[in-house]
Amino acid sequence: MNMSRHHISVTVNGNKREADVDSRTLLVHFIRETLGLTGTHIGCDTSNCGACTVILDGKAVKSCTILAVQAEGKEMLTVEGLAKDGKLHPVQEGFWEKHGLQCGFCTPGMLMTSYWLLQKNPNPTEEEIRRGISGNLCRCTGYVKIVEAVQYAAQKMRQPEAPVPAR
Amino acid sequence: MISKESIIASLNNVGPNTLYELSKRLILLIPASFDYVAPRTLDEGVKFLEKQGDDAKVLAGGHSLIPLLRFRLASPKYLVDINRIVGLEYIRESDGYLHIGSLTRYADVEASQLIQSKYQVLSDAAGHIADPLVRNMGTVGGNICHSDPANDLPATMLALGASMVALGSSGERVIPAEQFFVDTFQTALKLTELLKEIRVPVPSAHTGSAYMKLERRVGDFPIVGVAAQVKLNAQGICENVGLGLTAAGPKALKPKGAEASLRGKKPGEKEIREAANLAAQDAQPVSDLRGPAEYKREMIRVLTVRALQRALERARGGT
Repeated sequence: MNMSRHHISVTVNGNKREADVDSRTLLVHFIRETLGLTGTHIGCDTSNCGACTVILDGKAVKSCTILAVQAEGKEMLTVEGLAKDGKLHPVQEGFWEKHGLQCGFCTPGMLMTSYWLLQKNPNPTEEEIRRGISGNLCRCTGYVKIVEAVQYAAQKMRQPEAPVPAR
Repeated sequence: MISKESIIASLNNVGPNTLYELSKRLILLIPASFDYVAPRTLDEGVKFLEKQGDDAKVLAGGHSLIPLLRFRLASPKYLVDINRIVGLEYIRESDGYLHIGSLTRYADVEASQLIQSKYQVLSDAAGHIADPLVRNMGTVGGNICHSDPANDLPATMLALGASMVALGSSGERVIPAEQFFVDTFQTALKLTELLKEIRVPVPSAHTGSAYMKLERRVGDFPIVGVAAQVKLNAQGICENVGLGLTAAGPKALKPKGAEASLRGKKPGEKEIREAANLAAQDAQPVSDLRGPAEYKREMIRVLTVRALQRALERARGGT
């Protein structure tokens, strides 16, 4: 039996995707190169920076430090799966409205972690937000606008019917 | 996550220049080829290790092992992924022990009400390992089996007087924490054994514990860390003390002199200071990027005072 190649099937953003991968293929490379979903970024490659964050079976994880074969049978959400029917997810809208980015490199990871954080804790304090995103590094913003973006999203998600403030 | 420094420091007798040279040579790559197996039961896992243990590494949370593979500091023939084994993630009290399944994630330890209320040193430590995303993957068993002296849980287990339950083909073996940590990246676990669970004695009344860690920045490995558990009797006399030191030597250290100095005493400022001095004397810190040895020794003294004070507050009924 060949144990260095594996056929895996992963539900990615609601769609079942199948592929053959090497044992040593990292999840982030599978996402970017095999699935062609390049929204997930590679930053430090050593589980420090969080640019590669995706949601795997409901938990935010760093895809540079997980093997693709470990995702077999799991559900994965990447940044491409946040927007629905051309409408930004409240988390994305928050980053847009509050300008929670500058260069944008950390943004996909920040979005995914913020999404996970708000699933767990729909009404986080500023401290809880800062602690929640402590595994995602941003070298531009100083985090102030990112925290505001998450606060915006939290409010939006708690009151889905509230009118969107004018830009 | 792994610290480059801890790997390099584990190589024998490296001076500062060698250290610098080595750090330049650590290049991140794709792991070398390996065969991946994912047993569904403990039995299946142990059977595989019995045959291939010498050439296999066990994959739990992977946040130390996968970087090691990527730096090609490890290139095992087989990777045995235990994440598909059902029933290895649990936190429960029974028969006088807290039982933690080896695959239990830091995030679950951090969130456990039971652990927050009675094993505070464990929730203090687990809640400050790396960052929330790493804590979603990282496991208690992995942290312990990696035996990185900069990992937080080995010292925590020493302070708690925990034991490790190893499973091999001939059955279970219970290894006290003090014997479990052998050296840097070395434990008493055999290559053919899997860590099944961690057992912590249920603390009696008037027991409190705490973990204090000094980091350069949030999520970094500690400069040093100190774990403490204190048991008082009804008169406020110290009946038992457990201490553990992180990043204070080649492995997690148990400063026995400091522990003994508090037993049978009513712990006031003077007694705590005395114990902290003894803990600092027992430490064997090395100079590295996180600071000179003398600074670390001093910080062990300071953190021992603080960890004991916090543990005592908790033992006396505070939080």
